[in-house]
Amino acid sequence: MRDLFLAYQSLVAFVGINGLLALSVYATLCCGQLSLANAGFMAIGAYTGALITLHSNAPFIAVLAAAALAPALVAVPLGLPVLRLRGVFLAIATIGFGEMVRLFFVNWDYTNGAMGLVAIPQRAGLWTIWLSLAVALYLLARVRGSRFGTALEAIREDETAARTMGIDTTAHKLAMLVLGAGLAGLAGGLEAHYTFMVAPGGYGFARVVEMLVQAVVGGTAAFFGPVAGAAFLTVLPEVLREAGSRLGFAPGPFRLLLNGLILLAVILYLPNGLVSLKRRKA
Amino acid sequence: MLSLGQVSKAFGGVRAVDGASFEVEKGEVHGLIGPNGAGKTTLLNLISGLSQPTGGAISLDGARIDGLPAHRIAAKGIARTYQNIRLFAGLSAADNVVVGQYLQRRAPLWRRLLLLPSARREEREALRAAEETLARVGLRGRAHERAVNLSYGEQRRVEIARALAAQPRVLLLDEPTAGMSAPEADAVARLVREVAREGCAVLLIEHNVKLVMALCDRITVLNFGQVIARGSPSEVAKEPVVIEAYLGGA
Repeated sequence: MRDLFLAYQSLVAFVGINGLLALSVYATLCCGQLSLANAGFMAIGAYTGALITLHSNAPFIAVLAAAALAPALVAVPLGLPVLRLRGVFLAIATIGFGEMVRLFFVNWDYTNGAMGLVAIPQRAGLWTIWLSLAVALYLLARVRGSRFGTALEAIREDETAARTMGIDTTAHKLAMLVLGAGLAGLAGGLEAHYTFMVAPGGYGFARVVEMLVQAVVGGTAAFFGPVAGAAFLTVLPEVLREAGSRLGFAPGPFRLLLNGLILLAVILYLPNGLVSLKRRKA
Repeated sequence: MLSLGQVSKAFGGVRAVDGASFEVEKGEVHGLIGPNGAGKTTLLNLISGLSQPTGGAISLDGARIDGLPAHRIAAKGIARTYQNIRLFAGLSAADNVVVGQYLQRRAPLWRRLLLLPSARREEREALRAAEETLARVGLRGRAHERAVNLSYGEQRRVEIARALAAQPRVLLLDEPTAGMSAPEADAVARLVREVAREGCAVLLIEHNVKLVMALCDRITVLNFGQVIARGSPSEVAKEPVVIEAYLGGA
């Protein structure tokens, strides 16, 4: 059992990190906003954390706080103009932001451009990661049902009606964008201090799609759905790899194919998350 | 209480509302009638801040409210319903009404984050109040049904309950009885009367002429964005311009 745990330690860590990332997408999704800036926010958090660790001896908790705070601060001037956009236009604008951040780090010599920063001390362990996830889950669990939480639901269902009920929709959407940015930055900081390195390639469009798919597969009707989705989609490839080698067929392309088929089956037959997506469009 | 002075709204060259002036007093049920496309709903959108007038002034108790964002206008005590129902479809009837209480509730999030029992109490209280408001519109038994599953008439009544939950000083109703059966419409009319008696100023758009004549204290008639007549129901009914606007002049 202990051996098994040690063998899969990094998998457990990545379930936690991906869980945080899926929650960061859920933060805006739960008030009906499809924002795809989170890989960019994650990059800002990762680089902020890594640079502080490499150039100072600040305690890790302060490093993580800075990793969460930096993208949260960036989210304010980003959100004020882009949150006026709706649906697919918001998605496109935020993808643009993500690419901007990535290209910034590719071209920034101070952080070695596309090579990124390496030899970051491993300061994040399983418990720091899972404690962070627990705090995030608690936060989102308590928001639901509160006055603030009902306002978010109202915005998701009908923004115009919400406004005439006295809800400052822009402020609420901005608050959730900032919260999502903070969570993504925190996850970025944790990952940087777990994998020893940060490089712009890890924060491209594919990364935010991965977060979104995990959140949607898990289901956005409940705050724990995204974490379940992250756990499922992080563990699945490993299970398939293991099963493949036991059954004696080479992993490789078949594994990816099977992974895709299972993903498709989940979306087709467990449309809980997709239902809320459809509702948002209506 | 609510006063409109020379309010205009132009969409390009179309003057949807053209210099409309009238007042709605406290405790009054004020009817706003006119043929389709007369600008009634546009006027309601201007009052509730969903769109901005291109001219004129809207004031509440003497203070200008035109130009304020919709949520600030709601905070000043103006609530409304919609002609094409805008409920929060995925939420239960009770939760819809709880959203309506948004401006009344005092429940800071930190209290909830610290798991203080007062937060839980406040939420239970909100839900109980919502059920009571639903009882007022005759929907006590439907409180936990999702809004999409309610009948058309029931949805209209949930919208009224949601607006009442804000304890408004001015209530704007956009065709509240459209699609309702006669007894249902009568019940809504009684409720509107009661709300006005409690001191609310009610501005009502309605196509059911019999109901308007029986319910309203005063009526303003709009045609092509302009006020063509105003007065008590009996006065308005006698106006030749009104008859012409409704029946069509030759």
